[in-house]
Amino acid sequence: MLNFWRNGWLSTATVLIMTVTLVVWTSIFLLNVVLTSVLDVLVEKVDISVYFNLGAKEMDILALKSKLEGMGEVNSVEYISAEQALPIFKKRHADNDIFIKSLQEIGINPLEASLNILAKNLSQYPAITAFLNQDQYKGIITNITYTENKDAIDRLSNIIKVLRESGVAASLILAFIAFLVAFNTVRLAIYSAREEITVMKLVGASNWFVRGPFIVEGVLHGVVASIISFMIVIPGIGFLGPKLFDFLPNINLVSYIGDNFWPLLLFQTLGGIILGVFSSWVAVRKYLKV
Amino acid sequence: MSRLPSSDLPGDFYFGKIPTYTAMIRFEHVSKIYNSHSVALKSVSFEVKPQEFVSVVGRSGAGKSTLLKLLIAEEKPTGGRIFFNKQNILKMPAKELPFLRRQIGAVFQDFKLLPNKTAYENVAFAMEVAGKSEAEIQNDVGRVLDLVGLKNKKDNFPRELSGGEKQRVAIARAMVHRPSVIVADEPTGNLDPINTWDIIRLLIKINELGTTVILATHDKEIINALERRVVSLENGVVSRDENPGRYILS
Repeated sequence: MLNFWRNGWLSTATVLIMTVTLVVWTSIFLLNVVLTSVLDVLVEKVDISVYFNLGAKEMDILALKSKLEGMGEVNSVEYISAEQALPIFKKRHADNDIFIKSLQEIGINPLEASLNILAKNLSQYPAITAFLNQDQYKGIITNITYTENKDAIDRLSNIIKVLRESGVAASLILAFIAFLVAFNTVRLAIYSAREEITVMKLVGASNWFVRGPFIVEGVLHGVVASIISFMIVIPGIGFLGPKLFDFLPNINLVSYIGDNFWPLLLFQTLGGIILGVFSSWVAVRKYLKV
Repeated sequence: MSRLPSSDLPGDFYFGKIPTYTAMIRFEHVSKIYNSHSVALKSVSFEVKPQEFVSVVGRSGAGKSTLLKLLIAEEKPTGGRIFFNKQNILKMPAKELPFLRRQIGAVFQDFKLLPNKTAYENVAFAMEVAGKSEAEIQNDVGRVLDLVGLKNKKDNFPRELSGGEKQRVAIARAMVHRPSVIVADEPTGNLDPINTWDIIRLLIKINELGTTVILATHDKEIINALERRVVSLENGVVSRDENPGRYILS
């Protein structure tokens, strides 16, 4: 405890390095939160639509809908009847005179009823499409949009997969580098105390008597570093969050932090303590072998 | 030459218990081989009785320091057995080593004092390590600093003390557990002649108060003036063991 203040300079350096490490860890974590939500938004934008010919009975379509809903791969199914499709179509093309005029010309509702299917995972669309391509449905289905958009969906699916994997890999590597820097700083700090440790051992100190103060110091460093790190991260989010919100309206980091304040603080403090204690433990062990 | 007079140090500090066995420390065919080019000790055997004053002499590199390091288990031998009070210290579990080291006080050439602690704190520290109470520490540290003649310098940091004074603090630290043995490895190696004799007189005083002393040195004058038992080491083997002995190396 006394050492924390006596070795003021060394403690400051250690705490600062640990703070940087914790800021890097938290930033990586928040970046992953952002990346995941961006990808989730993208995935939700992909769905497939199944169009039914005008003769298909609503009963049959609803039967198919409930079958689809029973499938493990399917997230949600939305039924849009021909009647519902008309106002949607009109609204979507309100500024397009030719479409609106053509509709008026025809006089009847030419639109087909459809099911919008959202899979749980991009890679599950082929399975869903295969299910819809069974002979028994051939008579009522006119068109499945997956067949048209297959290439685009596959490509997006691949990109998202690569982004997720490389995001995780890059995060792990960066987090590990940050850990190594902090770990080596603590080792250097304890290296400077190696003679003291040897003397303690030679006058008959038990390992725990020597280790104890360093562990306590590790905890203190961790807690102080996590507090400073939080004082950097929170204003940082306050500054960057709104800018990001302008870009990606689906992602509100400020409210994310607001919702997860305590867990974030807890995990950061735990991270700091584990980092400090682990580093001290390993570093002291080397000099205890006297 | 007559024996050195013991100094006028206060003698009210009790040391050691009176042991009942004849051999307090026994080295049995102890070898220490660092590698094929560096053999520190080759099958060294000898005994030390309670309250003896034994000097271990030899040139630099003869294995004196290694011998003492083996006794306080700072290093492990490559062969042989070492007994302290009939206990084989090589078989001692690591968690019992602290207790061994509290029974064997060690003094080093480079003092090994903690620079950011005062003389008092350096000695008190050895008692804190053993979990002694604050009252006990205050009482014993005061007495032992008195014994080594540093009562008025107890609040000085090592950098404010002379070499001889630093070694006195180190001896006080070694004595504070009331060990049955003091092991001193070249304790005067860094000191001028006057301080050297002060330290040697202090070790004699401690020995006369009942504590076994093992002194490693290559100082011929000291050995010849002491007229105590001398174990000579040459190239890692015991070449002579005489009581009283003189400094004779071939």
